[in-house]
Amino acid sequence: MTSLPPPTPKKLGLVIDLDTCVGCQACATSCKEWNTQGYSAPLTDTNPYSADPTGVWLNRVHGYEVKEPGQEHSRIVNFPRSCLHCEEPACVTVCPTGASYKRAEDGIVLVNPETCIGCKLCSWACPYGAREYDQSHGVMKKCTLCVDRIYNENFEPEDRLPACVKACPTGARHFGDLGDATSEVSLLVAERGGYDLLPQMGYKPVNKYLPPRARRDATNTRAEALPKPDGSAFDRLFQWADKVLSPKNASARANEIDNSGKLEG
Amino acid sequence: MHPAYSVILFTTASGAGYGLLTLLALVGISHGEASTLVFGLTSMVIALGLITIGLLASTFHLGHPERAWRALSQWRSSWLSREGVLAIVTYVPALLFGVVWSGLHPAPDLIKPLAVVTGVLALLTVMSTGKIYATLKTIRAWHNPWTVWVYLAFALATGAVILAAITSIFGNFPTFLVYFSCAWLIVAIIVKLFYWRSIDAAPRDLTMGDATGLGGLGKVGQWELPHSVPNYVQKEMGYAVARKHAAKLRKLVIAALVLAVLLMLAALAVPYAAVLSMALALFASVVQRWLFFAEAQHVVTLFYGAEAA
Amino acid sequence: MTEPVVNTSLKNWDEVKTTTCYMCACRCGIRVQLKDGRVTYIDGNPKHPVNKGVICGKGAAGIMQHYSPGRLSKPLLRVGERGTGEFREIEWDEALGLAAGWLSEVRAKDPKKLAFFTGRDQSQGLTGWWATQFGTPNYAAHGGFCSVNMAAAGLYTFGGSFWEFGEPDWKHTKYFLLFGVAEDHGSNPIKKGLGRLKERGAKIVSINPIRTGYSAIADEWIGIRPGTDGLFVGALIHELLTAQKIDGEYLLRYTNSPWLIVENPGGADDGLFVRNAQNSALVWDSHSGTPMPALSPDAAPKLMGRFKMPDGRRVVTAFTLIAERFIDAEWSADSVAERCGVPAETIKRIAAELARTAFEETIALDVPWTDHLGRYHEKMVGRPVSMHAMRGISAHANGFQTCRTIHLLQILLGTIDVPGGFRYKAPFPKPAPPGVKPAGKPGQVKPNTPLPGPPLGFVTSPEDLLIDAESTPQRLDKAYSWDAPLAAHGMMHMVITNAAKKDPYGIDVLFMYMANMSWNSAMNVPDTIRYLTQKEADGSYTIPKIIYSDAYASEMVHYADLVLPDTTYLERWDCISLLDRPISEADGPADSIRQPVVEPERDVRPFQTVLLDLGTRLGLPGMTRTDGSPRYPGGYPDYIVNHERAPGIGPLAGYRGPNGRAQGRGTPNPEQLQHYIDNGCHWFYELPDHMKYYRHVNWAYLDWATFFGFIGKPEPVIHQLYCEPLQKFRLSAQGHGKVVPPAEHRQRIANHFDPIPFWYPPFEGEMVSETEFPMHAVTQRPMAMYHSWGSQNAWLRQIMSRNWLYMAREMAAKLKVADGDWVTVTSHHGKIKAQAKLMDGVNPETVWTWNAIGKRSGTWGLKPGSDESKEGFLLNHLISELLPEREGGYRYSNSDPVTGQAAWYDLRVRVEKASDQSDVSAPQFATLKPLERVE
Repeated sequence: MTSLPPPTPKKLGLVIDLDTCVGCQACATSCKEWNTQGYSAPLTDTNPYSADPTGVWLNRVHGYEVKEPGQEHSRIVNFPRSCLHCEEPACVTVCPTGASYKRAEDGIVLVNPETCIGCKLCSWACPYGAREYDQSHGVMKKCTLCVDRIYNENFEPEDRLPACVKACPTGARHFGDLGDATSEVSLLVAERGGYDLLPQMGYKPVNKYLPPRARRDATNTRAEALPKPDGSAFDRLFQWADKVLSPKNASARANEIDNSGKLEG
Repeated sequence: MHPAYSVILFTTASGAGYGLLTLLALVGISHGEASTLVFGLTSMVIALGLITIGLLASTFHLGHPERAWRALSQWRSSWLSREGVLAIVTYVPALLFGVVWSGLHPAPDLIKPLAVVTGVLALLTVMSTGKIYATLKTIRAWHNPWTVWVYLAFALATGAVILAAITSIFGNFPTFLVYFSCAWLIVAIIVKLFYWRSIDAAPRDLTMGDATGLGGLGKVGQWELPHSVPNYVQKEMGYAVARKHAAKLRKLVIAALVLAVLLMLAALAVPYAAVLSMALALFASVVQRWLFFAEAQHVVTLFYGAEAA
Repeated sequence: MTEPVVNTSLKNWDEVKTTTCYMCACRCGIRVQLKDGRVTYIDGNPKHPVNKGVICGKGAAGIMQHYSPGRLSKPLLRVGERGTGEFREIEWDEALGLAAGWLSEVRAKDPKKLAFFTGRDQSQGLTGWWATQFGTPNYAAHGGFCSVNMAAAGLYTFGGSFWEFGEPDWKHTKYFLLFGVAEDHGSNPIKKGLGRLKERGAKIVSINPIRTGYSAIADEWIGIRPGTDGLFVGALIHELLTAQKIDGEYLLRYTNSPWLIVENPGGADDGLFVRNAQNSALVWDSHSGTPMPALSPDAAPKLMGRFKMPDGRRVVTAFTLIAERFIDAEWSADSVAERCGVPAETIKRIAAELARTAFEETIALDVPWTDHLGRYHEKMVGRPVSMHAMRGISAHANGFQTCRTIHLLQILLGTIDVPGGFRYKAPFPKPAPPGVKPAGKPGQVKPNTPLPGPPLGFVTSPEDLLIDAESTPQRLDKAYSWDAPLAAHGMMHMVITNAAKKDPYGIDVLFMYMANMSWNSAMNVPDTIRYLTQKEADGSYTIPKIIYSDAYASEMVHYADLVLPDTTYLERWDCISLLDRPISEADGPADSIRQPVVEPERDVRPFQTVLLDLGTRLGLPGMTRTDGSPRYPGGYPDYIVNHERAPGIGPLAGYRGPNGRAQGRGTPNPEQLQHYIDNGCHWFYELPDHMKYYRHVNWAYLDWATFFGFIGKPEPVIHQLYCEPLQKFRLSAQGHGKVVPPAEHRQRIANHFDPIPFWYPPFEGEMVSETEFPMHAVTQRPMAMYHSWGSQNAWLRQIMSRNWLYMAREMAAKLKVADGDWVTVTSHHGKIKAQAKLMDGVNPETVWTWNAIGKRSGTWGLKPGSDESKEGFLLNHLISELLPEREGGYRYSNSDPVTGQAAWYDLRVRVEKASDQSDVSAPQFATLKPLERVE
């Protein structure tokens, strides 16, 4: 098991749009909520109602500041991070028991909670911090890509999505087969220049991130300004209102008072 | 990386045990005949005892010790599994070697072959331990050609000083062993210095920008963590020792090893100095192993605020 | 080797029920999975109009709210001193008997001695009606410290409002300005909308001192200085007027721009519209050169000009006055740039981009429609510029006028309820302003008698104020007095202070629901706690009796005499009614219900049912039959189905009439709730295409809305750019009219009741020394938390169990504050200690923090000494509910002078590195004795 399956034709994964993510944590809590009763159940909480509350989460949302050259202020990029279901995951090959494995059928990387010995080596091997150790159950927990949702026959087809994708209010998370070049997610990646995290590690992540788009502000927008009329702006506006809006009978000026206050009629 | 004491204890104790076992096998090969029963049994019990303590420590460090046997299954890909398999396999020739070499069961013809097998397996086990760390690309300080040599050198150096100490207690203390131990201590010093020079020279050329892939836009810094209390990943992978503190500890390791060499030389005059030398060497081994973890930065720290890794 | 078998069709539920979320004010549809009576999973209902299947970070953590150890479990009667947490558990009969006893005494003596205020109440239809029946004018929900600036500005201007009462046309808009919008009301609809704008490549501009959340993904961030948005928008208007880039047709047809105003300085009619005998406003017809009724189809009104009426009076069009104001150089980009902290070039560019998008990228939907004057239009033409604004505008003392300025900009561009613009949500548009007036004038509050009308409404002249002949406020919170004449949502932030000071009078019973008024909902927490425990010379409490209902052990529970434990949101019936704060979509009206998906295992009762029960015990007419039996014996669900506000109009608009076939208007249907449940607990009516836009002047829509009861008559809602009611107050300040303000109030009324939008500096900024308090301090809602409820939630508090004070790196460097340093923050009122975190994306003059994370030790079911109380903090301690003394010593409330909206964001502070660098925030309040935990 620990040995990887031959390259899987189907590569299920997520595409996360950093241009759209507002950092609302919907994906994080939806993930926690599903998985604490799903395949990875439970995701233990430590000190839930006292000092230093912490626990096991399979998806966490970071926030980074990015200082672009020429920009006065950094921009904030919200950055959800979870398992990337790598094509060549070291977390699988280092596993001494075979509990950690990559499914031949769709490429999902899973931990078998029945056989995991809790040696934590897989978490050391993962550069993405995707695996969290559940102290109270002595096993490793990780994103399952909601394997118990995406094929769930008790669900309507529209609900067969990872909990995080189903939840995402801005639509910043997409799920699909990245092994199929014609899938919606693959097209999105191609169109938006989706990228791998830490490609230099060589693990070939399946999940892709869509980069934030260039801003359209003072630094990179064409300088635009409205024309300034000659003379009094008020007079021009007055003339505009008169001519443009009431052209039908502009000569009917009885009882109209001009700007200097004298009656025209 | 978080320096977990169970792992430090395991690797130093079992390392020393395998080192000692290797050297006992060498003794068996070079002499080709059984030792005295008491010496043979004592040294074998110490060697296998250290190994066993280490293995037990590592087993109980697991989340599910009762499932430890499963770790033997994935030897095709996992160095941890290989280590486990080798560790257990080594017991077989080691025990047989112990039996024949100590003279419990006289079989002089078997001493050499069993010694060769035992020694090779013991070294391979230590090498696998080193490989577990050396193959982790996520930790630059471990993913280093010197890592395995450090494990081997410290195993043999600590094994050698233990052997010297035992011998000194038994009163039959060959000067050769003094020089041999000193040589291994010096090798350990040199290998460790090379290791440190290597990890210090390795560029920390991955940045938060590389980790997030946002580096192309500009300089990336941390804004908010996903949670206000450190999580498992931060506690396990985010441990960082202050550079100044680490430098002091490094000096301490070298000083202890140098002192161990001097004490070992002193054992030429006062044999029991070898015991002190052993204590210092083991101390140095534990400290350097602690540093091995504490100084190692995991690449995931880039997601949690480290600027470079 | 074979892979393990994975159960990919996990079914960890016996049944799935739909209901409505209550983790914030967004009110999304949810599906709740249940197994053996336990909630196992909650997700968004894909068929629900509000969220269409998505859910937010809070909503998905609803399970932990429902099972929170902070839940109350039984009625409590105080046995020790207030604040000591000494309670005795009592039975409901005793609790209700006590409450009814206290209340009936008040009602028999003087009903206004009951102050009934509800916090995050989603049943204001019921609570407001209950107060009316009781007869007290002292009722409001929390709108006075939340949104009233926006509600009033919108309703007085165009009969709609920002907040969740309208939304940008997400489908068509191409240019979107967000003012001061952080995660808040309408959270999922806005997020979904932003996602749609991103898909279409529409430009998003965020005007906000802080670049997080929505601002983080905006194409352009304008890190404005807090409280100066009005200047920024005014400068945009200046630029557009100067370049004649405004929608003249829209102004002429659908606004009061051409209406004629009397110019008679010093006269009693100065600044009022000229009206004919039929009380119709007039326009100047350019064909005939004579005045004509504003709504005559034949008139060709002049947009600008001054004219002489046949009777000799001099008149001017409203637009002329508006143009004169904003074309003045004082509004130029160069003039406002420095005060806003926004470069003049940026302002000019945005004005140009607005103009380009509005006038060169005009869209036209192929949908014919007919306007209010019977004019047929081939297409629905739209200018695809939209705006949205929330708390960043609202929470300033100039918020009403600033919000009016934004509406002026929208209307000048012709973008209200047009394709691509800002769209109404039913029941809006309403008349601008709606016709209902507040009740509670002297003589209207009588023992054992209901009020003649609702306590909240819309005043249009000083005669409508709730004051007596001496100008004494009739309401405890001084709403609808000269302090805050247009306080349409009341002023809950003043209730405890005024009650303790007996200004204008003392009360007998304070009755509150879901309002954490001893903590994060109070300005000036330390004094508020003092007021709640203040005693008279005879040893009795100044506020003699406090009844409080909440589901959780909030800080306020400890200061109550009688605690009525409410249910969680998954254990109750509710209706999200068009009579209250609806969940309608821009495409049509919607409402929804909550149904109990689990039974409470605690001895708790839903507050609304309790309120009806109390109503019966008090014999309130609407709640009691003539024989004294309850009119709604089935409690709140009975009321929801059977209550009628007007014939055929009830709390729920869907499935009325026989067999539930009627919509909007119809007889009560006993099967109504089942119909809702069968439909996923909601009802949505999609308007036909020809009624989806221009609804303020759309003949077909206005007819339909009249049938549905949204408006009384099918009359157009003409946008009131010039707000005549404000001018009436101004005239009164000059001594005109029957009701005039006392001398000491006159200047304030004269200054701020300008019928044309303008800008003035926030009061606190103006009244305290800028050198002593050079920085602004504001808060934001964290996306994963809402108010205080989140801290008891085991998952949400893992995301944020404490807060930091965020400040700009450049400012921190000047102040020699490093990241992680503890700092003191000092205002004219108080001082706190907080830990600093440095960032780039914040206006350098501004510090900020997440709202309501700090908790008092011992509350919310948290163990004393939790992060929330040890390291967390509130800015509330720095905010005074009263402004510094004016001349004469009077202290106005820290509120907008027009609407009484609490001015949370006017706060000015000084930040210094703390001498004490220990990891503990200050002030630290004494630990409250934890109530028993429900596990």
